[in-house]
Amino acid sequence: MSSEALELGDDALIAAQRLAEWCASAPELEEDLALANIALDQLGAARLFLSYAGEADGRTEDDLAYLRDDREFRNCLLAELPNGDFAVTMAKLLFLAAAQKLRYDALAAGPDARLAAIAAKTRKETAYHLDHAARWVVRLGDGTAESHRRMQDAVDALWPYTHELGERAAWLALVEPVLAEATLDRPADGWAPAGGRDGVHTEHLSYLLAEMQVVHRAHPGARW
Amino acid sequence: MSDARAAAASVVDPELRVVTIGDLGIVRDVRAGADGRVTVTITPTYAGCPAMDVIRADIRAALAAAGHADAEVVTVLSPPWSTDHITDAGRAKLAATGIAPPEHTGTVTLALSPRCPLCGSPDTAQLSRFGSTACKALWRCRSCGEPFDQVKAY
Repeated sequence: MSSEALELGDDALIAAQRLAEWCASAPELEEDLALANIALDQLGAARLFLSYAGEADGRTEDDLAYLRDDREFRNCLLAELPNGDFAVTMAKLLFLAAAQKLRYDALAAGPDARLAAIAAKTRKETAYHLDHAARWVVRLGDGTAESHRRMQDAVDALWPYTHELGERAAWLALVEPVLAEATLDRPADGWAPAGGRDGVHTEHLSYLLAEMQVVHRAHPGARW
Repeated sequence: MSDARAAAASVVDPELRVVTIGDLGIVRDVRAGADGRVTVTITPTYAGCPAMDVIRADIRAALAAAGHADAEVVTVLSPPWSTDHITDAGRAKLAATGIAPPEHTGTVTLALSPRCPLCGSPDTAQLSRFGSTACKALWRCRSCGEPFDQVKAY
């Protein structure tokens, strides 16, 4: 099985599930639509990557999404962390979309034709997500004292989890200018939790999977 | 085969019902195999577009009605769809129904606002970068006051 397809598929699937939690709860109607649309794009990416990842051993996208336990998921820890407030959600999206864009760009020029085709498709959408998150981070960071404090808190809380996202220098080159424009401090590097790529997750993933998988597991093979 | 090609291209998009999938440029190929069975190759607009299943079913129904039973619909990703693939006829249909067509991608972006598809004014403002479907954003015209959708350049 392509570990790259599985990692990217799981990142996108878990991000989609988290973003969808905002549906009907976002701060304003337009942002509700935005988050639901981004979740839909992430779900589309997840379906393409997981369908490909499962082909090697005859598993479908649904098998992979609904019938694996937490230790079998390969998403980064950042994706599974709770949404927190809107600032946390936007910081998560900024950090994840930057990493997704870099990996998709590399894959689109890579040797695996299937992965290249998927990445060439999904990177256009990820670029838009990255832009959307960056605008909000700047608006909130360079906003009121309250929005600045909450945006900085979000960046500080999530920063350790960004070490797991892959190629660091290119990622920093995308993220640091956004933080600077947002008048936010770039946190110091220190604690660097990892394990998601090896299936060692935070407790948050288990609760997310319970909610995401319960119907499929309660009614095996059900169709509509 | 031209009738099969025409039947596939004339399927109406389930979410933008003023344009066909031919107008949108998502039909890549229509051909018959040695056994006469027709294969239609399409590409999705957005990766997660929820209309794809309906589009596949509608293509099969349209071909069956045109005398080509049991058509196969194949989905390809490469090269990725772009709004540049929307035909001029499709753009005109979108504009005529009040949906601003996308600007061309690859051109230098000067952050130009789309013209209001209702009154033609260039004095428009984006209300939301996302809209009622994955492919649209929401705008409002400052001249006539009407909100309108735009198909985002993609």
